[in-house]
Amino acid sequence: MSELLFNRFGEGCWHQTQKPCPDLVDCLREGPKCQQNEEKKAEYAKLMAVYRRDTIAKPVIYLGMGTCGLGAGAGKTLAAIKAYLNEKAIDADVVEVGCIGMCSAEPLMDVQLPGRTRVGFTHVTEDKVAALLDGALKGEFDREALLGQLKPQHDGIKAWDDLPFMEDHDFFKPQTRWVLVNCGLIDPGSIEEYISRGGYTALAKVLKSMTQQEVCAEVETSGLRGRGGAGFPAGTKWKFALRESSNQKYFICNADEGDPGAFMDRAVIEGDPHRMLEGMIIGAYAIGADKAYVYIRAEYPLAIKRLAAAIEQAKAYGLLGENILDSGFNLKVIIKQGAGAFVCGEETALIHSVEGKRGMPRPRPPFPAVSGAFEKPTIINNVETLANIASIINNGASWFNAIGTERSKGTKVFALSGKVNRTGLVEVAMGTTVRQIIEEIGGGIGNGKAFKAVQMGGPSGGCIPQQHMDIEIDYDSLKKVGAIMGSGGMVVMDEDNCMVDVAKFFMDFIQRESCGKCIPCREGTKRMLEILKAITRARRTEGGFQALERFKGIMYLQKLAEVIQDCSLCALGQTAPNPVLSTLRWFHDEYEAHIFDRKCPAGVCTELLIYDIDAEKCTGCTACATQCPAEAIMGKPKTPHYIVQDKCIGCGSCLTTCRFDAITAS
Amino acid sequence: MASVDINQILAKYANAGRDALIPLLQEVQESYGYLSRDAVIQIGRQLNLPVSKIYGVATFYNQFRFHAPGKFHVQVCRGTACHVKGSAGVLEAIKRHLKIEPGQTTRDGMFSLEIVACIGVCGLAPVIRVGEEVYAEVTPDKVKRILNSYRRKEAANE
Repeated sequence: MSELLFNRFGEGCWHQTQKPCPDLVDCLREGPKCQQNEEKKAEYAKLMAVYRRDTIAKPVIYLGMGTCGLGAGAGKTLAAIKAYLNEKAIDADVVEVGCIGMCSAEPLMDVQLPGRTRVGFTHVTEDKVAALLDGALKGEFDREALLGQLKPQHDGIKAWDDLPFMEDHDFFKPQTRWVLVNCGLIDPGSIEEYISRGGYTALAKVLKSMTQQEVCAEVETSGLRGRGGAGFPAGTKWKFALRESSNQKYFICNADEGDPGAFMDRAVIEGDPHRMLEGMIIGAYAIGADKAYVYIRAEYPLAIKRLAAAIEQAKAYGLLGENILDSGFNLKVIIKQGAGAFVCGEETALIHSVEGKRGMPRPRPPFPAVSGAFEKPTIINNVETLANIASIINNGASWFNAIGTERSKGTKVFALSGKVNRTGLVEVAMGTTVRQIIEEIGGGIGNGKAFKAVQMGGPSGGCIPQQHMDIEIDYDSLKKVGAIMGSGGMVVMDEDNCMVDVAKFFMDFIQRESCGKCIPCREGTKRMLEILKAITRARRTEGGFQALERFKGIMYLQKLAEVIQDCSLCALGQTAPNPVLSTLRWFHDEYEAHIFDRKCPAGVCTELLIYDIDAEKCTGCTACATQCPAEAIMGKPKTPHYIVQDKCIGCGSCLTTCRFDAITAS
Repeated sequence: MASVDINQILAKYANAGRDALIPLLQEVQESYGYLSRDAVIQIGRQLNLPVSKIYGVATFYNQFRFHAPGKFHVQVCRGTACHVKGSAGVLEAIKRHLKIEPGQTTRDGMFSLEIVACIGVCGLAPVIRVGEEVYAEVTPDKVKRILNSYRRKEAANE
């Protein structure tokens, strides 16, 4: 880490990590308060402008280095940028930032010249670096790769005349970015940059001027509801824990983003770890906890690294540890890596996992706020919930609840993925319609296909069909159509996706992830999967009574789902049948096509397809015949092959193998 | 994989309680690649826990492996977004190419295969991870190329 900024305060300032001062954050931002030294103040104002990158001395190149950026090749791009600068002997800063949220356009590179606004480019793969930088460093921008320029934040920065603003881009315009405000813009490895943009002022305010009750009340009035899925009011939960008297309380941040299809927690921690950390310190203060855990998935190595670095920096500045900002409040933060169990998103299961046990839920009450980790009062909040806290404290509850619907306030981050043109992280005000997110922000469905449904809430959620696209998103409206807010995964599906297959996919996931403690969930989900498998099995592979069992299963599917909902111990089981129920509700015709006509209208369930070889196109390369596991493809080399239908097991491997499009499936 | 002496790892957890079990298992797996029987027994001695309890915990979580992984560990994401974009085909192609099932290691010890719930790169689905490297927008055709590049790299090293 670079030099600690408070060491430059000089004589008169008595702040040290061992002997903290309540004004530290203000002093860092505005220069030491204890000294009437205008020179020092100017120096700090200047320093902060440098950290905000309002004034830069040399060109700065920013590169999105989140996991998604790296997946798209940002690592190679970075190497190419460094090689380019070396070769041309250009003096420029290269800053690795988090993800701005536009995953489909990764790798994203921004270039800022002194005195000018920052200009963003999309799809900057290593081969494009040299050409792009050649122009950009001279102020000539390649229009094809251009994303836009950022709006100038103060007078010292001049906007480019004829470049569009990034904020006006279709992807960003409908968004309200509160949680993601810094993501992709600041260096997540620098606490100074976070402080320069107003970071840790909320913490200073809380510790200096607010009681625990006031913090809880402020968060409660703001109407902030848990962003992890259930939507319980965060402030109310804090009050429960505050009310308990105990010699030890715990605060846990749930970053075990188990929902396959959601990645906002990862992006927030990778792009702006201090925002979450600040919210967590405030939360721990509000309930009186002096030990906090971050329970984070081991599958997110980069996020863990960034978070660990952020904790170290906060400690160095005395924002974590003993006697934080001379308030007498202590906090120790420990990172616990989740070991990969979906059920650990459930509070009591997570607590068991922290304690080193199998992550199995237990009946509530007692609620964790009364008796949680190590049988002490414990509060568990999601990353996104905590990332909202600092701005609520800074701007007030009424600022926060001015946006949103009647019962859901503020914004929500969604992970938009699947068959849309622009995938990524989007943060919108509550009450935005599903249509707006998919058509405006996401840019509609790709390849000229038709929209079918959007899956929200992951394995506990449901699908929203075409006819409900105009629904205004909030916790309650989504429940009405059988979906849930969940953690915010939004997977868009087009006409090529089979809804029975999607339901089967989720059941397969849930029955694997069921912890096995209660019977309705353990056995019920397995049975549901069996029924769905029977529906998608080809008649040719059915033997004995299997056809009969198939029909029987269908009769029981709905009933079984209701039993699982009513009788399961935890939220995982209670919501497990949702994907099936919701697809049954909106896409009954697809189920019927599978069951009665034995057809998959979308052509996804490979076993239900009949494969054929187009003799005109087949070159007789024998590739399919060697791949066929059932030896159902016959023919001499270099002559057209044919498929023996009685032998075909419908695995579809010939279809994926053929390079001449000779195989048809119907 | 650096072969650190297990006692070195255990020494860090002197006087640790039950809550150190999962971090300890993770650290041992990190340096050995998997949890061997001997390692589990030693961990049990250290934490004063029966081996059966440790296996109870270790087998509950998806992260822990009980036999040595290949030199390159291939993780196939089977999250929702990846599924919708055709990760089943990718998995099928990898299985066919490596001739192993998830949870197994190729006979030459080069590759091992694992299915993971979500890597968190849903915007660029389907995704696979080989070692530390993430590959986005993988198609069944690309699989062969990706895996062969590792074979070539390895051959060049020898």
